Amino acid sequence: MTTTFEPTSTTDNAGAVDSFTVTVQVRRYQPEFHEEGYWESWTVEMHGTDRVLDALHKIKWELDGSLTFRRSCAHGICGSDAMRINGVNRLACKVLLKDLDTSKPITVEAIKGLPVEKDMIVDMEPFFQSYREIMPFLIADESKEPTRERLQSAEAREAFDDTTKCILCAACTSSCPVFWTDGQYFGPAAIVNAHRFIFDDRDEGGDMRLEVLNDKEGVWRCRTTFNCTDACPRGIQVTKAIAEVKQAILARNI
Amino acid sequence: MSAQQLNIAAPRSGDIDPKYLRQSASSSSNREMFKWLFMRISGPILLVLIFVHLFSNLMVGDGVHGLNFGLVAGKWASPLWQIWDLTMLWLAMIHGTIGVGTIIDDYTSKDRTRVGFKVALYLASVAIIVLGTLVIFTFEPCMTDAAGNLMDNSPSFCFNQ
Ligand code: HEM
Ligand code: SF4
Ligand code: FES
Repeated sequence: MTTTFEPTSTTDNAGAVDSFTVTVQVRRYQPEFHEEGYWESWTVEMHGTDRVLDALHKIKWELDGSLTFRRSCAHGICGSDAMRINGVNRLACKVLLKDLDTSKPITVEAIKGLPVEKDMIVDMEPFFQSYREIMPFLIADESKEPTRERLQSAEAREAFDDTTKCILCAACTSSCPVFWTDGQYFGPAAIVNAHRFIFDDRDEGGDMRLEVLNDKEGVWRCRTTFNCTDACPRGIQVTKAIAEVKQAILARNI
Repeated sequence: MSAQQLNIAAPRSGDIDPKYLRQSASSSSNREMFKWLFMRISGPILLVLIFVHLFSNLMVGDGVHGLNFGLVAGKWASPLWQIWDLTMLWLAMIHGTIGVGTIIDDYTSKDRTRVGFKVALYLASVAIIVLGTLVIFTFEPCMTDAAGNLMDNSPSFCFNQ
């Protein structure tokens, strides 16, 4: 016996999506050919469901294979494609073209404050070095090692829930004007990830992390501009997390 | 648990190109913390000091038109205003110096430029704090000219002597 499934309703143009042309203006840096960076624009036909990343793909795959950028998951999870889109840090894979003003060129640049290597590729090492320095792993007292999992109450978990969401995209750190002028500053992302462990009641390395962030280049460099909170694609209250770490250092020392 | 008890190396430490290492290893002083705290404590105090100062100089009595040598001389004859202005001087100067120091850190990239500006800033601040303090405490309200006559606009109490 065969069964055929019929859709309950059909429309001739079901699934048709508006298409439009959009100009993408990219800040290019190709050190093999040009010492200086320069702007290059392409105009492409895109659909209402497309994101900035799709436009970059179209350019790279169909128009200019030398265009260089990082991306992996294309779904806002891996954190590889943070870039400056129309002057603000966003993940290219999370910005829909139709949400931007497509009557004007959409500018795409590398994130600021980290050394640019090629087009949108920056050297992320200084960023990850700060991340390493705050010791982003559970530090537990071995003498108190439990024989089963370390239980935690829902309230205790809530204290650092927000900062567990970080995907290390560097959108926050590279949006921070303090970081732009002082590349030694730990930056919001390192503080967010320190927060994740400092306020975890199973962790015992909080004092060490607070000590690290009490540095000349630590939390006190923060001037509360909120650029980081605005940039975070995960919606983490970055500035609030930094303020909580400041309070924790104050409480510990006074 | 104290910081000394545990000594855990960060992953890949020792395996990092030295150009990525932070220049200031943790100074373990609370200098930056106290600077930050000072800005937050002195700010609100300055808010009160400055607005009462502006109000008493510009609004009370004849307002702006009453503002002259005599008014200032008269205020500094009172210990309350001496302390008021002294606190305002010190807090504003230290607050402003820390603030401008931060801005110098922001805008200078070479060490030499930074140190140059900072030295100039600290010298200027110390000079103004010292001179200001000296003036508040050694102020002579009843000044006379070469002929021994009281200056115009002298505060009223000078004429009763
Ligand atoms: C009227 C009351 C005042 C309040 C409430 C106040 C508050 C503050 C605070 C909280 C900061 C730190 C900002 C940060 O770290 O991000 C600051 C910075 C600063 N303040 Fe004040 N302040 C006041 C008056 C003054 C005065 C009288 C001066 C000048 C003598 C001054 C000069 C500065 C400077 C130069 C900075 C550095 C700005 C920066 O970090 O970008 N402030 N102020
Ligand atoms: S805090 Fe947000 S913006 Fe910063 S690195 Fe993490 S996910 Fe990216
Ligand atoms: S490509 Fe993975 S977050 Fe955008």
